[in-house]
Amino acid sequence: MSSMIATRDAYGETLAELGGEDSRIVVLDADLSGSTKTGVFAKKFPERFFNMGIAEANMVGTAAGLAAVGKVPFLSTFAIFAVGRAWEQVRQSLAYPKANVKVVATHGGVTVGEDGGSHQSVEDVAIMRAVPNMTVIVPADGVETKAAIRAAAAYKGPVYVRLGRNKVPTVFPADYRFEIGKGTELVAGTDLTFITTGLMTAQAVTAAEQLKKEGVSARVVHIGTIKPLDREIIAKAARETGVIVTAEEHSIVGGLGSAVAEVLAEECPVPLKRVGVNDRFGTSGKAEELLKYFGLTAEDLVEAGREMLARK
Amino acid sequence: MNEQVTHLEEKARQLRVAIVKTLHKSQSGHTGGSLSAIDMVTALYFHKMRHNPSDPSWEGRDRFVLCKGHAAPAQYVALAEAGYFPKEDLMTLRRLGSHLQGHPDSKVTPGVEVCTGSLGQGLSMAVGMALGLRLDQRDNRVYALLGDGELQEGQVWEAAMAAAHYKTDNLCAMVDANGLQIDGEVAKVMNVGPIADKFRAFGWQTLEIDGHDMGAILAALDKAETLKGAPTVIVARTVKGKGVSFFENKASYHGVPPSDEELPRALECLGEQCNL
Repeated sequence: MSSMIATRDAYGETLAELGGEDSRIVVLDADLSGSTKTGVFAKKFPERFFNMGIAEANMVGTAAGLAAVGKVPFLSTFAIFAVGRAWEQVRQSLAYPKANVKVVATHGGVTVGEDGGSHQSVEDVAIMRAVPNMTVIVPADGVETKAAIRAAAAYKGPVYVRLGRNKVPTVFPADYRFEIGKGTELVAGTDLTFITTGLMTAQAVTAAEQLKKEGVSARVVHIGTIKPLDREIIAKAARETGVIVTAEEHSIVGGLGSAVAEVLAEECPVPLKRVGVNDRFGTSGKAEELLKYFGLTAEDLVEAGREMLARK
Repeated sequence: MNEQVTHLEEKARQLRVAIVKTLHKSQSGHTGGSLSAIDMVTALYFHKMRHNPSDPSWEGRDRFVLCKGHAAPAQYVALAEAGYFPKEDLMTLRRLGSHLQGHPDSKVTPGVEVCTGSLGQGLSMAVGMALGLRLDQRDNRVYALLGDGELQEGQVWEAAMAAAHYKTDNLCAMVDANGLQIDGEVAKVMNVGPIADKFRAFGWQTLEIDGHDMGAILAALDKAETLKGAPTVIVARTVKGKGVSFFENKASYHGVPPSDEELPRALECLGEQCNL
């Protein structure tokens, strides 16, 4: 975990690279190109960049139209607007027709920070996961973001990618190979498993190191694709370690924790604790403060791990 | 030209008959708005648009988006008449397993470009198509048919703003202004007028016609093609249920199919013998 990079920065860089490799790629933004980093693409390929103004519903529909004539549109805004404001457009114009459009939302979760609860999306993964035909990806770091954006571009169909605002530690090696629908065992372990996504994966790796000092062997499984879900890696962790802690920078309702609970209930019921935003809205504060405030730190995961070990 | 107008008028009459028979068979669907739109749909599919029914994804085709997706029967009868699929398929409308869904579905119906039906989204898709075609330096045109009630959706105006901003003069919108929506008169439910003035204020070229005057429809479509630097909207005054006297101007026939009793009378209105 040497370098720190924001997943949105990795996105902007990769999108600009892809623009040079595939002329079908077009990019749409809703007046947030500086924040979402689509501005990097816009500068390089101005004729293939469309600023749609502060009008997310129309941006989604326009992307669907571009896809219908053979383009590969990437559209970006904050998660709360892409999924919240334009949900039914994403459903009707993108998912229902299986439009080849990539919705890459930045500023997911509470680490949006000072802007507060109005801008902190804690429901987007749950909402996107419920939509048929939709693929849902939540990368852990810059390395995975780059690979996931390339995978999304290569995949034919609608994809939702959730990125963050702030720099996060790199957990994956540079040669990491991302595959849609596959989870990754980052840390081997036999006593319990952390199943995590997004920036919580780095926290889980730190938590596993701490627990190791206490003689506890904690596995860390990163789920980069929430949908389709890697059910096998989850069931295997349940069978082999007996207790599960999920962690996500998202509501515990409907996100990764819920998805894992569904798999466990159907395939291998074991004790489960879901760490996440506990069915409440965000609030203003610094990102680091908010992770503490909502119980989303490595220390919180260590605590959750101990609690679950006691239930074995 | 007069011969062509007469030919298209007869084609539109036949398609009205097909709409009435299709909706009678399905006993579910939107009669009034299909009949108000069919003259414009006829003009597009059998005169104006370049398309190839034997190759629905032919790259040289013009695009049509039925924004008011509930008028799907109007598009389906035109597609069947043009040869995209057998006319017998019309009798499966809205049935389980049919490729003719209640609202247009590009996944299953040959000749349907996008999924519409949730009002307000179609014009945005048409804008995207226009931008994409222009990016590829193609001269293909995009036609979008909206309802006047549909103009109540805010997204239509987001799309109108974007179309003018990006000067998509390869886009022609048509408003089937029949003046009625499910709950009653558009002007009373939520007034959208003056329609042409609003589009003008958004930066569009506007043409206003009688949407059942085939000569006027063809002239407006030709004129729209010559207007450069901005998208064009043709605001077409129409009559909901046009052609079947007892359906005309009745909001109650928005989403109601012809009954067994009404079918022969409806066909008689359309100058057709009923063989039932």
